[in-house]
Amino acid sequence: MTPREKISAAVAQARGGTAIVAFLTAGYPGLDRFRDDLAKIGSEADVVEIGVPFTDPMADGVTIQRSSREALAQGFTLRWLLAELQAMTRPKAPLVLMSYLNPLLAFGLEKLAAESAKAGVCGFIVPDLPYDESADFRAALDAHGIALIQMVTPVTPPERLKQLCAASQGFVYAVTMTGTTGRNAAVPAEVTNYLDAVRSASKQPVCAGFGIRSRDQVKQLEGHVAGVIVGSALVEVLESGQDAPTFLKSLRS
Amino acid sequence: MKSDNAAQLLADELAGKFPDARGRFGPFGGRYVPETLFAAFENLDAAVKQHLHAADFQAELARELANWVGRPTALTHAPKMSAAWGAEVWFKREDLAHTGAHKINNALGQALLAKRLGVKRIVAETGAGQHGVATAAACARVGLPCTVYMGSVDMERQAPNVGRMKLLGATVVPVTSGDQTLRAAIDEAFRDWVANPTDTFYIIGSAVGPHPFPYLVRELQSVIGKEARRQFLERTGKLPDAVMACVGGGSNSIGLFHPFIGDASVEIIGIEAGGTGDKLGHNAATLAYGRPGVLHGAYSLLLQDADGQIQETHSVSAGLDYPGVGPEHSLLLWAGRVRYEAATDDDSLAALAECCRLEGILPAIESAHAFAGAKRWAKSNPGKAVLIGLSGRGDKDMPTLQRTLLAVKE
Repeated sequence: MTPREKISAAVAQARGGTAIVAFLTAGYPGLDRFRDDLAKIGSEADVVEIGVPFTDPMADGVTIQRSSREALAQGFTLRWLLAELQAMTRPKAPLVLMSYLNPLLAFGLEKLAAESAKAGVCGFIVPDLPYDESADFRAALDAHGIALIQMVTPVTPPERLKQLCAASQGFVYAVTMTGTTGRNAAVPAEVTNYLDAVRSASKQPVCAGFGIRSRDQVKQLEGHVAGVIVGSALVEVLESGQDAPTFLKSLRS
Repeated sequence: MKSDNAAQLLADELAGKFPDARGRFGPFGGRYVPETLFAAFENLDAAVKQHLHAADFQAELARELANWVGRPTALTHAPKMSAAWGAEVWFKREDLAHTGAHKINNALGQALLAKRLGVKRIVAETGAGQHGVATAAACARVGLPCTVYMGSVDMERQAPNVGRMKLLGATVVPVTSGDQTLRAAIDEAFRDWVANPTDTFYIIGSAVGPHPFPYLVRELQSVIGKEARRQFLERTGKLPDAVMACVGGGSNSIGLFHPFIGDASVEIIGIEAGGTGDKLGHNAATLAYGRPGVLHGAYSLLLQDADGQIQETHSVSAGLDYPGVGPEHSLLLWAGRVRYEAATDDDSLAALAECCRLEGILPAIESAHAFAGAKRWAKSNPGKAVLIGLSGRGDKDMPTLQRTLLAVKE
């Protein structure tokens, strides 16, 4: 199985039907907690999305802005993260890195793909890299079977939705609302209609993200998506010192 | 830092090939935006193609520029400064444009475009406050509500402009995230637009950001250079030997420079904020010290560390305090057509004082950087003529000047 196939398999074979894609900001609340937090989250989540802190997270809300800034202040670098992942016992859940483009460019795209493969990274999400600008990175990742996961949104035009779903690997990241990450979202009918439209356009499993924080929301999304992405809510659980696996379990039942 | 294929890049720029179909100025530019904004940029691109050069839009813009902004702005000869520096010194007076800076050329043009797009509200960012004031005024003029994001550090050092924006009907939102200056304000304006992609228009204040912003802003600001070139020819019968302007994001400078790019005899020099020195973090001289990368939706030179994190910058002028620069400037550097230098905080403040004393004009601290650069140039080019972009007036800088120039004197 290629790394990217591991992601789609993990989403498709999730316990309890709806996969949990759990997000943590690498190096937050502390660099020294990273291995432990990753192991705990990886024991419960189906896929783990590791956020690479960036100074200018244009598409993120206050929680991830804060966690990113704090991790950078503690000395986080992408080099450190890849070295940690290469050195540690990694969880069974496939790992996906979520990063803005500039730290990846600074690392060097081909070198990054090679080092990521060694670090067990199965995919990338790059919120400021639209499909139309992604040819170089896609080629670098393809050489190692690593996924480049595309985001789609409720304002993505229908033709483009088809194109993005066809291009996405691992899963399709369906943003459930316009706006930055972290705000609580109810799940109105227009969202489930939109997710159904994404699902019918995609051969890959569809995961919904942006604003997911409660079992109620997950229940309302069941049947419409293969998985849900839990970001800011989990970051807040970690920073308040609560138990991450307990929180993730509470989303399942 | 001239590129290996500088000659080809310059030929393509002169032939008007940039931005190309992908929104690139050679290797620079492009459109690196979150998927949520993709459709908004397609709409903007279509609107720019449909309206910007259409006769009725240009007629409306020209009418408003003449009767509301007060264009053409004057070309002023500076006899005492010329005598002091040993070269012929001329100013293009954007400080005389309505709201006191070149920013109005762009804000008005984009507001008229937004009106044609039928959007419900405008957002903008501001550093020195000049773009915020210009946007607030333009929005009042065309009848659209306006929200301006401004770093809390900048709100303090440009306090007079905060009050002006409020009087003009804008909602001013303090930005306390990030470095609390221009760059954080741009992040926040983008976040607002990401949350409201269908009914909102983002009037970006400089020639930065995703395609087509750098092109749109350049086209709207080129009125500066077109007027100045014509006025200079009328008054002197020749072209200036050098054209100089300050460069932050680079909108007044691209507007002044662009009409002169094809004039091979004209030396073009951009002056960046040299801050307190050449160390990383002590200045905002992106073209002097930056490396290519992606910030705020475009590939351009950036002040960044080895890990691709954006560097905090320093400049006494809020309007130049920015770690990126418009992609066309990066191209002009690599093509070898424009030279970029830095002027320090101290030299710029001294040049500001000199301009006040000798010519009776208080320039913005941003514009004073161009004066500091021009003074150096004049010393090594005696008798030659230099045209300086006086991009804005300095009244807004009184809080900073009280703390610096005036504090020293008292």
